[in-house]
Formats: sequence, C-alpha cells, structure tokens
Amino acid sequence: MSRVPALVVAGPGTNRDADVSLALDLAGADAKIVLARELVDRPRLLENARLLVVAGGFSYADSLGAGRMLALDLTVGLGDRLRGFVDAGRPVIGICNGFQVLTRTRLLPGALGHNAQGAFDCRWVVLERAARSNSVWTKGIDDTIHCPIAHGEGRYVHPDPKSLDAAGQVALRYRSTNPNGSVSDIAGVSDPSGVVLGLMPHPENHVLARQHPHHRRGGGGPMHLGLRLFENGVAHAKQL
Amino acid sequence: MVAPVSERHRLTIRSVDTDPRARQLVAGAEVLGLPEVDRVQVADVVHLDGDLSSDELQLLHRVLVDPLLQTGSWDAPAGRAVEIALLPGVTDPGADAVHHAADQLDLTVDFAATGLRIEFDDAIGDADIDTIVTRLVANPIIERWAHGVIEPQPPGTDAAPTAASTVAIRGLDDDALAAVDAERSLSLDPEELRAVRDHFEASGREPTDAELETLAQTWSEHCAHKTFRAVITADGDDGTMERIPLLTQLRHCTDEIDAPFVRSAFVGNAGVVEFAKGTTIAIKAETHNHPSAVEPFGGANTGVGGVIRDVLGIAHRPIAVTDVLCFGPADLPMTELPEGALHPRRIRDGVVDGVADYGNKIGLPTVAGAILYDRAYTTNPLVFAGCVGTAPSRALHDGPNVGDRVLVLGGATGRDGIRGATFSSATMNATTGEVAGASVQIGDPIVEKLLIDALVGAEDLYSAITDCGAGGLSSAIGEMAEGVGADVDLAAVPRKYPGLEPWEVWLSEAQERMVIAVAPRNVSAIQQRCDRVGVDCADVGVFTGDGRLLVRLGDERIVDLDLEFLHDGRPQRHLPAEMPQPNRSEPIGRTVDDPIATLHALLRHPNIASKAATIHRYDHEIRGTTVVRPLVGAAGDGPADGVVLAEPLDQHGIAIGIGVNPWYGLHDPEAMAFAAVDEAMRNVVAVGGDPDAVALLDNFSWGDPRRPSTLGELVAAVDGCCAAAFTFNAPFVSGKDSLNNEYVGGDGERHAVPPTLVITAVAHVPDIDRCVTPDLVEPGNVLMVVGQTSVEFAGSHLDLVHGAPDDPGVAPAPDPDAAGRYRRLHEAIQAGLIVSCHDVSEGGLAVAIAEMCIAGRLGATIESLPHADQAVALFAESCGRLVVEVEERSVPALQRILSDAATRLGVVNDHGTLELPDLDPVPIGDLADSFDRRDGLGAIGGVA
Repeated sequence: MSRVPALVVAGPGTNRDADVSLALDLAGADAKIVLARELVDRPRLLENARLLVVAGGFSYADSLGAGRMLALDLTVGLGDRLRGFVDAGRPVIGICNGFQVLTRTRLLPGALGHNAQGAFDCRWVVLERAARSNSVWTKGIDDTIHCPIAHGEGRYVHPDPKSLDAAGQVALRYRSTNPNGSVSDIAGVSDPSGVVLGLMPHPENHVLARQHPHHRRGGGGPMHLGLRLFENGVAHAKQL
Repeated sequence: MVAPVSERHRLTIRSVDTDPRARQLVAGAEVLGLPEVDRVQVADVVHLDGDLSSDELQLLHRVLVDPLLQTGSWDAPAGRAVEIALLPGVTDPGADAVHHAADQLDLTVDFAATGLRIEFDDAIGDADIDTIVTRLVANPIIERWAHGVIEPQPPGTDAAPTAASTVAIRGLDDDALAAVDAERSLSLDPEELRAVRDHFEASGREPTDAELETLAQTWSEHCAHKTFRAVITADGDDGTMERIPLLTQLRHCTDEIDAPFVRSAFVGNAGVVEFAKGTTIAIKAETHNHPSAVEPFGGANTGVGGVIRDVLGIAHRPIAVTDVLCFGPADLPMTELPEGALHPRRIRDGVVDGVADYGNKIGLPTVAGAILYDRAYTTNPLVFAGCVGTAPSRALHDGPNVGDRVLVLGGATGRDGIRGATFSSATMNATTGEVAGASVQIGDPIVEKLLIDALVGAEDLYSAITDCGAGGLSSAIGEMAEGVGADVDLAAVPRKYPGLEPWEVWLSEAQERMVIAVAPRNVSAIQQRCDRVGVDCADVGVFTGDGRLLVRLGDERIVDLDLEFLHDGRPQRHLPAEMPQPNRSEPIGRTVDDPIATLHALLRHPNIASKAATIHRYDHEIRGTTVVRPLVGAAGDGPADGVVLAEPLDQHGIAIGIGVNPWYGLHDPEAMAFAAVDEAMRNVVAVGGDPDAVALLDNFSWGDPRRPSTLGELVAAVDGCCAAAFTFNAPFVSGKDSLNNEYVGGDGERHAVPPTLVITAVAHVPDIDRCVTPDLVEPGNVLMVVGQTSVEFAGSHLDLVHGAPDDPGVAPAPDPDAAGRYRRLHEAIQAGLIVSCHDVSEGGLAVAIAEMCIAGRLGATIESLPHADQAVALFAESCGRLVVEVEERSVPALQRILSDAATRLGVVNDHGTLELPDLDPVPIGDLADSFDRRDGLGAIGGVA
C-alpha cells in the first residue's frame, strides 16, 4: 500500500520539523514540511494530506505566550479548512509548541502555562496511556512510552480535568515524575473525536532504540518507542 | 482641523497562578537580605500606538491574553510598582509579535513595545525596591526603569547625517594621537597610530571618521590577533631568543602533523575536517567574555549566536553547541564584590539563561561543556561557546569573483554593538558597564534559524560567505574584499530606525547577519530562498577588482581605503616575554587526615559537583542525534566524559571532549596546556572516539600580553599545545585568543584571569554501538586503572579544597606514553572488552571511582591502590589515566592489548558501598548526595 501523505506545519522558529519528519517516514508516511503561509496560500496541500503535524519549536520566539502567533496564522489563514480536515477524521498531532498552538486554535481543550518549577527543562520522562483515552494515536499502547521533554511552558491547565478524563480526552499522563506541574499529571489530550492529539513530550526523538539514554544498560526497547504513536496515526490515516 | 492622532494604549497582563519570575524575585530578595519582600507580582506590559476602536482592542486582547492562564487590563495600573522598558533600538521580539498579530487581524498599529511591571506590597520601602531592581532585574545596558508607570521611547527619528566627517590627524605628535585614540575608543598602539597618520599624510588628506573606525576595527586585537602574530623575544632558561609568531607556530604544527582528514585549518571562520568520506565537519569555538561581564544574558546569547554563524559562515549546517563557563564564586559575600561589577551569581544565572535561550530556540542541542568557579573570574567571567556543523563534501568556496554582488542577509542594522571589537580588546574597569552600553545586544535566534534555512542548500549559488560578527559590515566585507576590492552603498543596508550616522551603519554589530558574494545570475535564486523563509536580503554593492574598499552613501564617499594598507599596513608588534620557571623536579606529597571527608568535600566542590541543574536547562535531545548525553547512568546524573553525536540512521558519529584546567597553569602553563589536550583526548577516547582521528581547537583567555610574565605564560602554553598535538598526532584546526581579560578595580588594582586554555577535541566514532559511558554496570566485574600515578598535586582540586602548601611541588606532567595507551584502549573498546570507562581528572582516582559508582548506582570494592602513598593514589591528578570496568573473563584479553598499562584495582560490588583499602565503607547514596548538591537551579532526575 502506498505511503500516507503527511504534512508537517512549521512557522518561523519551528525547529523539530525535521525530527518529526523522520518519525513519520519511519512510521510509513510520506512527510513534507510546509510553512504555515504555504498551507494558507495553497489549499491543495491540505486537501491532499491525510495526516497533519504541528511541530515543536519556538514559533515567533514564543513572544507574548507560546504558540499564539502561529495559532493566529492558522485560524485566520485556514479557518474552517482545518476544522474540515479534522471533521473528515484525518489525524492531527501537535507536539510541544504544536500542542500549544492547537490549544490556542481551540481544536484542543485547556492551555499550557509556565512550568511550575519556573524554567525550561529538558529530561526524559515516562508516559502512560490514560485508561479511557479515545485517541486514535494511543490505541493499543499498553506499555509506557519513553521520550524527552524540552519546554518552558508545558504545565497543562484545565478547569475540569475529571470531566475531560470521563470524556476520554485525557490521552497520556506522566508516570512517576510530573516534570512541570500539569494538572492530573496530564501530558497529552485529545479532541472529543480522538483524531487530534496534543502532547508536550517529544515522541519523535525516540524512534530508534539506540536513542534511549539507557540503551547501553539494556533499557528502553521497541515497546517503549515514541514511534508507536506515529505508527498509530499513520495506520488510522491509511484506512480513511 | 486637527489630524487624527494615534492613541497610546497599554495592556497589563498578569498571570493567574504565581508567575515563576515573581518566585525567583522573592528568592533573590532573600539572598539580598530582604526577607520582608515575600510577595511580588510580575506583569507583562504591552504598549501600542494606533487609532483602534474598543472592538479592535478586544480582538487583540483575545490573542494576547489566555483566560485560563492570564488576566489582561487596558486600564492604567495604580499601586506600588516599578516598570522596566527596553532602551530604544534594543531587540524587542514582543513588539514584533504585536505587529504580526495586528497584521493578521487587519489592524493598524503604528508603534509597539513591551515592558515589565513589578508590583510590591505597600509596606516595602523605596530603598529596598531600588536594591531589588538594580541588583536582580534591570540592566542599564539595555533597559531603563522607574517607579510607577513608564512610557516606552520610540527610537529617534532624527534625520541622519548624509556625509562622513573628517578627523584631523595629519601632523599630530604621539600625545595628540593618543588623545584622538582615547576620544574615539580606538584601542590602537602608538606605532599603529603613527602608521595611520603617515598613511594619510602620504595620501594628502585627512581620514573620515568611518575610515578611522574601519582601521581600528580591522587592527583590533579581537580581529587581527596582534599578539598571536607578534614577533616575541622570549627571556628564559636558554637566554634570550626571538621566536616565530605563535599563530605561525600552531600552523606549522598542524602542517607537520599533516593529518589526512584536515580539509581547512586556521583559515576562514572555522576548521574543517572529513573523518567519514562524503561528509565534512566544521568546528569552531569563540569567547564572549567582556559582553557577558556587563550584560550576562545578552553577552552569552550573542556569543552562541556568533559561533553558530561562524559555522554557517564556512558553508556548514550547524548541528550542536558547546559551552565552557567560568565564574566567580556563587556565594561571594556582597561586601567583597568589586565596585561596578555584577555579582557572580547574577552573571552565572544570566549566562546560563542566555546560552539556553539561544540554543533552545534556534533548535540545536547544547551538549558538551564545563563550569568552573574561581575568585579570579569574579570581574572577568569567561564564556567559551563552540559549534559543530556538517556538510556534504565539496570544494571550499574560493570567491569572491570580480563582478559578484555583495548581499547582506538577515536582520536590519541598528545602533547596537558599536565598537564591540575594540571594546573586547580593552581592559575593563569600574565604569566599563556604562561606557560599553552600545557594545552589547540581545540576540534573535529565530532570525538566525531562518538564515540557516535560507543558506543550507544554497552552497552552489554563492562564491564566498562570511558572518557579520565583531566589526559588522566593516569586518565582513573588508575581509571578503581583500585582494579583490568592493564598492558598497550604505543606502541599500536595511535599518531598524532612522538617524544612524554612516559610520555607525558600517560598524554596527547588529546580530544575525551574513554576507555572501553572488554572481549576478544567481541573485534572484538567493532572493527567492530568502523570501520563502522570510529573511531580508539586500544587494549593497559589488566586488570590483580594483583593490580598494569604497563605501558610499549614495554619491558621498564614506570610506575609500587601499585594502592592502587596511590588511597589511599594521606594523607588526614586537613584544618581550618572560618565560615561567616552573618546578618540575621536586615533587611534594600531601597529608590527608580523613580521606573519606576529603572525597565528600571534592564531590561537593562546585567545579566537580553535578552540573545537572544547568544541563537540564539546555535542550540536548533535539535532532535526535545525541547518542551519549552529558548526563548518563542509572539515575541520569552521572557525568559523561565526552558526548557522542550521530545522525539517527548513521552507524558512525563524532565525539566531543573538552579539556581545561587553569589551576595547573598558575604553576606550569606549558604542562597545563599539555594536560588540557590530554584531558580532551581522554574524554573522546573514553566514549569510543578514535584517537587517530581527532581534530583540536585552542581557545586562550589570558591577561594583558604587554606584561612580559603574562606573555611568557602564553608562549609556554602554546609550546605545550604544540608538544601535545605532536604527541597525540592530533592537529589544531582552529583557535581563538581573547586577551586583556583584566579588570582595574576602583582601588586601581589589576585583577587578571588565571591562564585559561580550553581545548576542544572532536573525534571520529567509527561505531556508535561500541560507545561506552562511566556508569558501572555489573557486580563482579573487575575495575582497572590505565596509566601511571605520580606525586603531582600543584593546581590540584585537593589543594583547592584543603589549601595549597607554600611549596606545592610539581603540576601534572606531560605523559608521552599516553598516545599509545589511548590507541590500545580504543582497540579494546572496539573489541567490546570495556563495559564502562571514565577518565581520571579533577579530584584524582577517588573522585573518578566515586563518579562511576554514582552513575551506575553500584558499589566498588577496591583491593589495591596504584601508589604506595594513599593520598597520592586517591587524589593526585596525574595525566593519561582512565578507569575501566571489564568482565573477569575479559581481563587476560585486555591485558594482552594494554600490556602493562592496566593495573587491577578491585571489583564492582552489589552492596551499595564504596570500599577503599583501610577506610570505612561509604554508602553510594551519601556520595550521590554530596555530588548532586542543589545549586539553586532546579532538581534533577532520570528516567524512572
């Protein structure tokens, strides 16, 4: 079967676009990096894509709040077209800055504030799928996912995390260490339909076993790869 | 009738939860002895001018304020507060964001600025508020502040002068020339001033201000490396002798080693090597010391930005950043802080923030580094920033060609960074912070990221490339035009705001700019690439072929200089050096009463203790290429020797190691240099780097070379570098010197840095699946030490902890056998015989073993020590040593490879204690507690 056409959206300051492109390629997609402006100017790009990633980084330097300007570019420029993409069941994932962008476009609930400890933090974390997750991205993942975080504004804020969980929209939680003070240890959330996922950690930086910091000590292993999320997203896009 | 005026609006944005900045301020106030300041509120302020309706303001409000996180108010705030605004012309990314939002929402905003508001309880007095603001928050170099509310100042709109003014120097005597030099901060020598005067007397005219500034910049120590190019008369053991210039000596050394992988050494912006066929690697390290002393965040920030541009400036894609930082003691009492200096803690926090901000935002992993503390760095902090890049192999660019266009890419030019090259070449004093204001800027990593995107892949479209660093366009275009000539029109250079004098445009060190030489047929292709990513590209002139540097503003001549005079007219310096006389013959031992307490004290010493809190501030995971991280082991807190980077799908990679030990240099600068090279070599070999494929960088930060003893130490260090390079067959490919790292205090006394040489080693890693790290892996495995232990304590960390005796004896001596030993160890690593490996450096063998235990959270039982004297065995810092963990069954094979170089120490145990002969067992948890002492930058942890 042919490879799934996927788009990686970048704005000025997006910097993990290449990392996530590699992850998509390894997961069986054909990834193309596009600038938000190109996505706006060339409707064909979105029409032909089956999967969309808003990649991590510091779009517009995160001045006056992470992700806000890129979110504005997407809402003003794409408007209903992005909504339509999601309504058609095509999977969308926003990672780190991309997650911040998607909450600002209101495709995802909640918001991301400054880390509770007050500073940018880069370290590996352990993620587990929330029991009630409705996400197509986390389907069937029973093992923990290991991958790094690298952010200063990753504290997930939501006024009613219980209802969010009841609705299946809590997708991933930090296990054992909550690195940023997120409410209910939430690391990733979905939209009501489960096709849109936003998360702060970087599964795209754990797509090969040897990227794991404990690889030489016998740690990690295929079941803990962040790649599994992308494989799920691609699998879902394939059956559309 | 009155024309409609644009109205000023201000939005005050407050965090719903406690703003982390408020918490930092309260903690900082407590350190300042103001515990009553237990509550502050920090708010962001957005100022904008525009004729906007309330609906339109509401639209902006919705973008700028997230109701789950913030509240926003358009009302003028009241209450006890201080507001801080950026000085006109300082980079304000928040203002750019406001303009962008306005564009998207179709609103007209004429002017925008952002600021900070700090709100205090009424009970706090003005004096305390002033203390907090001046000590912790506002920096007059880039900001102004006031009680109550503050209005931003738009940059001036004065009409710019359209002509250069002339400066009368013909016929002046030395004193009068010195007065011109001082007035314009030229930092030129008397002989150099005379050469300039004579040149213009011969030309029959006075120089313009821009010509004088161009000469001062080109001939500055920073740009011309006058000391490294000087003829030095050295006074030493062998009597007085004249030596070849230091730079020539280093180049000869590289030429003689003639390593097959060197593609370019000591020319252009960075060194270039090719370890694996098809890919070249560019490496460079720079210092940014003076700017970091007066504006730590901006200084470090632009230091990182500058070295990344160096790699981009030799047509390579930057892939990683390194940093070595030297500060005064973080716990220095305020009463001991020299007048006019920032506190070391503020400098450290600002520098770490600056490095993190640039590296994280531009999207490069910040990987290898070191942090050293010494009182001598209090007024002269050192910031060494390095960058590594890669490119598909191709011939080096050999332009510019006659007729090529001069294109300037990147940010617009402002009045920032004027005279940085001359500033960084001068000694600092208590008022430097005030006068140097214009020399320091804040970087914009996003613009530089876009420059990388525009330029990587465009290598066939230009014939020459360089970055705009110190000296701005003057330096970049002046250097590119050497041997060709250029005609530049400053009117075509994009400006941030009007009112700049022509020489300011020419000299401005505004960040994030590159200059490329492009054949006319390729200009539109470059323009398209820039347009796509949103980078300005200005065609400012042409490379002419007439050998002159002509700079115009329209038809007005601003600079008209003979390039040969500009580059070769500087009189060569002649400097006397007094060679150091180190003790190398009388080793002196140490008495250590309580070795376990000493081990804890060493692990707690800020130079040795975990740097995890800082390392976690840097993104070291981006690109997915970091195979061996700076932190390793069971709990993710063990210090790695070197780091290893490999493209995700490659089997080979590179190791980066760093060697630095200024304390040896206080006793024996030549031995120090050898030891620094040895340490950098050990670090790359210890992780799996091939010792026969190593390239080196040298970065010297020294005091004033016009003092013969200081220059003698520099000469000795260069001798040590060359001796080590020959010994290890590892060529230097690039280097940089930062001299005059001195500070004249209010008391008139000079404070110089200790001789600080940072060696960066970059090695080929043939197989990343064979990499090893220092964390112990398996109880029952055998521990062995490789190398010889001798009575070498001068400059040791044992002495830093316990104090040095009057006669410290000898510093760690060069080990000529180390090269062969590393080669054999590499063979053993490649054969899979080594389970873990750690180099022995600061603190000696005891610290090395303790760190391996901490990293692996496993104990060790040491049965025999490598020296009869316990203190020597545990704490001497002899070069050339590593500790390895091997399986019992592999010991004979290892011994066959290493012959007599490896000595058995003991075994890895499973009882969680470090057991040293004749000493009580120490729980590994206690060692980890000493090593992981919090330094206020945050907690640590690993993968659960």
